[in-house]
Amino acid sequence: MITLEKRPTPSKLWSYLTPIVAVIATMIAGGIMFGFLGNDPVAAIRTIFWDPIFGEFAFYYRGQLLVKAGPLILIAIGLSMGFRAGIWNIGAEGQYIMGAIFAAAVGLAFYPMEARWLIFPLMVVAGAVGGILWAMIPGILKTKFNTNEILVSLLLVYVAESILASVSLSLLRNPDGAGFPGSRNLRQYESSANNELIAGWGMHWGVVAAFIAVIFAYILLSRHIMGFNIRLTGESPRAARFAGVNPDRLVLFCLGLSGALAGLAGMFEVTGPAAQISIDFNVGYGFTAIIVAFLGRLHPIGILLAGMLMALTYIGGEAAQASLGLPAAAIQAFQGMLLFFLLAFDVLTNFRVRFGREVTA
Amino acid sequence: MKKRTFLAGVAATALATAAFAGSHGDGPVKVGFVYVGPIGDGGWTYEHHQGLLAVEEAFGDKVETVYQENVPEGADAERAMTQMALQGADLIFTTSFGYMDPTINVASKFPNVKFEHATGYKRSDNVSTYSARFYEGRAVQGHIAGKMTKTNKIGYIASFPIPEVIRGINSAYIHAKKVNPDVEFSIVWAYTWFDPAKEADAAKALIENGADVILQHTDSTAPQAAAQTAGNVVTFGQASDMGEYAPFPRVSSIIDNWGPYYVQRVQAVMDGTWASVDTWDGIGPGMVGIGEISDAVPADVKAEAEALRDSLASGEYHAFTGPINKQDGSAWLAAGETADDGTLAGMNFYVEGITADIPN
Repeated sequence: MITLEKRPTPSKLWSYLTPIVAVIATMIAGGIMFGFLGNDPVAAIRTIFWDPIFGEFAFYYRGQLLVKAGPLILIAIGLSMGFRAGIWNIGAEGQYIMGAIFAAAVGLAFYPMEARWLIFPLMVVAGAVGGILWAMIPGILKTKFNTNEILVSLLLVYVAESILASVSLSLLRNPDGAGFPGSRNLRQYESSANNELIAGWGMHWGVVAAFIAVIFAYILLSRHIMGFNIRLTGESPRAARFAGVNPDRLVLFCLGLSGALAGLAGMFEVTGPAAQISIDFNVGYGFTAIIVAFLGRLHPIGILLAGMLMALTYIGGEAAQASLGLPAAAIQAFQGMLLFFLLAFDVLTNFRVRFGREVTA
Repeated sequence: MKKRTFLAGVAATALATAAFAGSHGDGPVKVGFVYVGPIGDGGWTYEHHQGLLAVEEAFGDKVETVYQENVPEGADAERAMTQMALQGADLIFTTSFGYMDPTINVASKFPNVKFEHATGYKRSDNVSTYSARFYEGRAVQGHIAGKMTKTNKIGYIASFPIPEVIRGINSAYIHAKKVNPDVEFSIVWAYTWFDPAKEADAAKALIENGADVILQHTDSTAPQAAAQTAGNVVTFGQASDMGEYAPFPRVSSIIDNWGPYYVQRVQAVMDGTWASVDTWDGIGPGMVGIGEISDAVPADVKAEAEALRDSLASGEYHAFTGPINKQDGSAWLAAGETADDGTLAGMNFYVEGITADIPN
């Protein structure tokens, strides 16, 4: 007989252990799935987790890991602040898009003037502003009319996607592009280019910003009164109110911060790896970042590691597709398992497993 | 800012060169395919994958193929291509318009790898472009549609307002109008190439507005299913035959037939005769196929449509033959004049008679 017994307080040990256990369980279950698909499970797992870091082409993949992890970490850090306080911004994808559009619009307004010292910083600011403004819509609606920020922020993603399609076809369309949708290439425009800082390392300003965000989030949470307010509100909203936390200000702060970081991620992406505003510019970083935030236990260092791990499953998954012929759907199922096992093993954080006969009182 | 040089060039070039030299010595030619959708989409990507299978069929163990599906356009596409190039691909087909800049970027880092980009317009020494004259197929569709409609309302599910799509609308309209002067086109922009839910919504909206023929420039079979439910609406297969909806609602189709081109390009790499070219083939060379016209179409209409197809194939007739005016009434083509490829490639206007506006 196995019984679950609720722990008086969540286990610290298990809250650190579950991500690791979940990864191991994913490898085993994923290996079995790959086996059923007719692939060597060990080779598949090695291709996904080992080759991108230590394999033959690791010199290329390591940089790509940073490219992929950068926006995930940057967005997840912002989201984690709100999640800790029970403020659910699900629309980071929309804020990411708006940040990119604002930044690109500013950069293209100056085209072809060459003044990187002015234009690039302005674009960074515009990216953050775009994200903040988009996040303020659910924020203000929540504080003024008590609407649900989950719904509003999520639905605004679809609005942002429509705006993205519209500007790709009209306002920001490349006038030299023969009528095809999409903006000028921002990476080929010296003043807006967010290139790798060291060629081949993958490290661009967005990755730098992600690392800085991790450090700032850590300090904010552990040293600053706002971080204290966030944690307190999450743990006990009543106590927070008694302690003088203004819930409206906190909502706006958390949504604004996550919007700003998502907008920045969009800005660094559109000037760097993606290189242009196009109809399909967004590829789901804003949604994947939610998984990263939880996989990282809403802790800055955890998010850093989780972002890297998530990037690894993407990069490795692609490699497995190309070199082993694994179908894309199998890779997605594999990534889904990771979240599934994480949530499943999370039970162990809050419950103790007891083996043996149930004792009746 | 430093100019983006790939890993200081040296390592990658050395590797790429080694892989290149290796595979040409004795091993098979390695061919990579980058797909924008899943190979089971039943449309665009499905047909490119049929092309891959044709290459395997033609060359057996003299080729090795790899592919990656569902690759988003942008940074992920660059990685997918780089990965294939690093792993020794000799020839890489990138099969979506949005892969244009990524293809050019990656190609500049791997001068010894050949790239073929579908539907784009940027080329370089090791990047070819290829596309099909789908508008020829649209002419045949327009003819059948004009004859088949009873309400004189034809619905058109368009993807993005790019020249490729606008060309198709114009071609279908011209040929529908020719056989049925009362015909009207309603155009819905779905802003997607593949989204069954959106496509189904668009089809339903058009049917509710009285359209009894639906043309689509999106890749899923959702509009076919919506038409089947409605019962009396005619559709055409897009990109792929979509024969599972034949003989009705699907009465014919435009089939993208990439296989012969892919086989020919792989052969060119094997022979060492590959050169950067711009290919734009139609019904004649077989890149555009007209799917079986079903018995739901009256025999005389079927015969006319087939005659139109054959005259397009032989080059005897051009789908854009004057007199044709632009939407605003200004003259475009004089009587007997045919459109030049440059204008067609950048087409950004409707022809006279279409009442909608191109969104921008």
